[in-house]
Amino acid sequence: MKNARKMSVLATAAIAVVALAGCAQGGSAGSGGDAGSGDKPYIAMISKGFQHQFWQAVKQGAEEKAEELGVEITFEGPASETEVDAQLQMLQAAIDKSPDAIAYAALDPEACIPLIDAAGAADIPVVQFDAGCDSDVPVSIAKTDSLGAGALAADHMAELIGEEGEVAIVGHSQINSTGVERRDGFVEQMEAEYPDIEIVDIQYGDGDHLKSADIAKAMIAAHPDLKGIYGTNEGSAVGVVNALTELGLNGDDLTVIGFDSGKAQMDAITNGLMAGAITQNPIGIGAETVQAAYDAINGDTPEEVIDTGYFFYDAENMKDEEIAAVLYE
Amino acid sequence: MTTSTPPTPTSSATAPEQINPPGGTERRPIGQVLRSQLQQSLAFATLVVLIIFFSISSSSFFTVSNISGILLSTAVIGILAVGTTFVIITGGIDLSIGTGMTLCAVMTGVFITDMGLPLIVGVIGGIATGALMGFINGLNITFLGLPPFIATLAMMLIAQGLALVISGVAPIYFAEQAFKDIALGTLIPGLPNAVLILFACALVAYVVLSKTILGRYTFAIGSNEEATRLSGVNTRKWTILIYTVAGIFTGIAGVVIAARLGSAQPQLGTGYELQAIAAVIIGGTSLLGGRGSILGTLIGALIMSVLINGLRILSIQTEWQNVVVGIVILVAVFTDSLRRRREA
Repeated sequence: MKNARKMSVLATAAIAVVALAGCAQGGSAGSGGDAGSGDKPYIAMISKGFQHQFWQAVKQGAEEKAEELGVEITFEGPASETEVDAQLQMLQAAIDKSPDAIAYAALDPEACIPLIDAAGAADIPVVQFDAGCDSDVPVSIAKTDSLGAGALAADHMAELIGEEGEVAIVGHSQINSTGVERRDGFVEQMEAEYPDIEIVDIQYGDGDHLKSADIAKAMIAAHPDLKGIYGTNEGSAVGVVNALTELGLNGDDLTVIGFDSGKAQMDAITNGLMAGAITQNPIGIGAETVQAAYDAINGDTPEEVIDTGYFFYDAENMKDEEIAAVLYE
Repeated sequence: MTTSTPPTPTSSATAPEQINPPGGTERRPIGQVLRSQLQQSLAFATLVVLIIFFSISSSSFFTVSNISGILLSTAVIGILAVGTTFVIITGGIDLSIGTGMTLCAVMTGVFITDMGLPLIVGVIGGIATGALMGFINGLNITFLGLPPFIATLAMMLIAQGLALVISGVAPIYFAEQAFKDIALGTLIPGLPNAVLILFACALVAYVVLSKTILGRYTFAIGSNEEATRLSGVNTRKWTILIYTVAGIFTGIAGVVIAARLGSAQPQLGTGYELQAIAAVIIGGTSLLGGRGSILGTLIGALIMSVLINGLRILSIQTEWQNVVVGIVILVAVFTDSLRRRREA
């Protein structure tokens, strides 16, 4: 018995060691981390997440800019984009460290107000990225115009299906602002410009590849005349592509428009399963955010809204310099 | 741990039965067997009613392609549910199966894509990862005396973290078509292999649960662990083994989801454990332990996926889909408790 207890402790310890080793390896990426005690200005970035490749690209852009400007940053976010509460605790912890500036991407525009106001009261300049907080404190926001991006997706969908027929949307969230605006931009553009196109179904798969694939398959079964599906983020779009593969369909049977990049989506575009996708400029968002924070620290006034842009890309223009620069595997 | 070697056939057959109503399916009084069948047929009737309802509501529902789609969407949750049925029959719970599955998928990716090992080695490695997690869960529950809820909650977090760390927070892609064929190839035309794997898992689990000592002790521990222990059964050893078996199924689910997606997605998995547990409960397995069946679990998993698919086909809003699934779980568990009260 004693042996077994020892074994059990050992096994647990072994896992802990592996975990720690892993942390040490990833430590240089600097998520979390301590406030910079050196002379360099320190910017605490609180993101919506870190697991999606989109956020990894934002982080990359931020780190490159920080290196260039000679500032120190930390980049952290909750494990999932539904954890509003966990994100607020990170924000609180960041304020407590008295950084030179805070860069924040709000998961919920209301819940963050007291904390952001507190940061303002403590004379910590706040800049925002991706999604804003309904407070007067932040001086700028670097983001994609999601409504415009959704409308651009609608224009290309309409063009590809000949401006008539049934389309559907696999969304990634009916709550957070990017999910809502990418959907609304698409829906409003269709209603305003393309009266012969009908949006027959909108469902949400949380950006989960598996769920999104099953949703797309059900849509295709329910609407045999469906001409196109729009997936509002990487997981949704890749899910739709997986559905096509599993049903033995290809891009000629159904027009798929996606969002963001990532290897699976880019491959699908290259081999014709997906017609194209909207890409944002995540590296640009990261870089502009750090630049804005740097300006704010130095008493300059950054632009209030920094539109980092969005593009439609397909197999033809994917390799163009301007497009290739904002895509990420 | 070594004090009691596997009991001799005679002691194994009689020991638990002297103390409490036997847990094994074979030796129960006929009335109990019938009632258990009834619970299953209740679940089965629900499934049939759902299928008829959706078939009438939409002509798109009962088609070969959609039924095949429903079966495929049952595969991953179904395999997890089959494995965790063992744990729930012992009166335990395993919250680590969702993110654990993801860790197994990531490890499979590490073995095959990053290390370039042969497919079969990667697949076995992924399944072994699951077995190891189950084994550690078992150790922590028996020898550290942690409640299963806490031990497996901790493992759920550890697995989620490790999956992210090991993958470098990026998906690992599988280049080889042979690997993807594990889930999406069709040995039987029109039926994805993942579905065959689900049925094979269920069959093996059924045999283990109803025809082996492991199965008998699973029921015995769930009915009355103390009595089982006093009758000379090394319950710690068997509990560890049961969690390890559940872990093997977690590993298989990890391989199947990786094969279906052609990639190991490290951020997936949260919430899958609750869907699997729901399938087990709908299938008539008691959270209090001592009672349950693999067939019921399989039907429970099918009810969940038929329901979700049907609601999607009818274009019911995602928000309402959750409400409906929640109500079905309530009704299933309520009917079960009603039946129990009548029994008592």
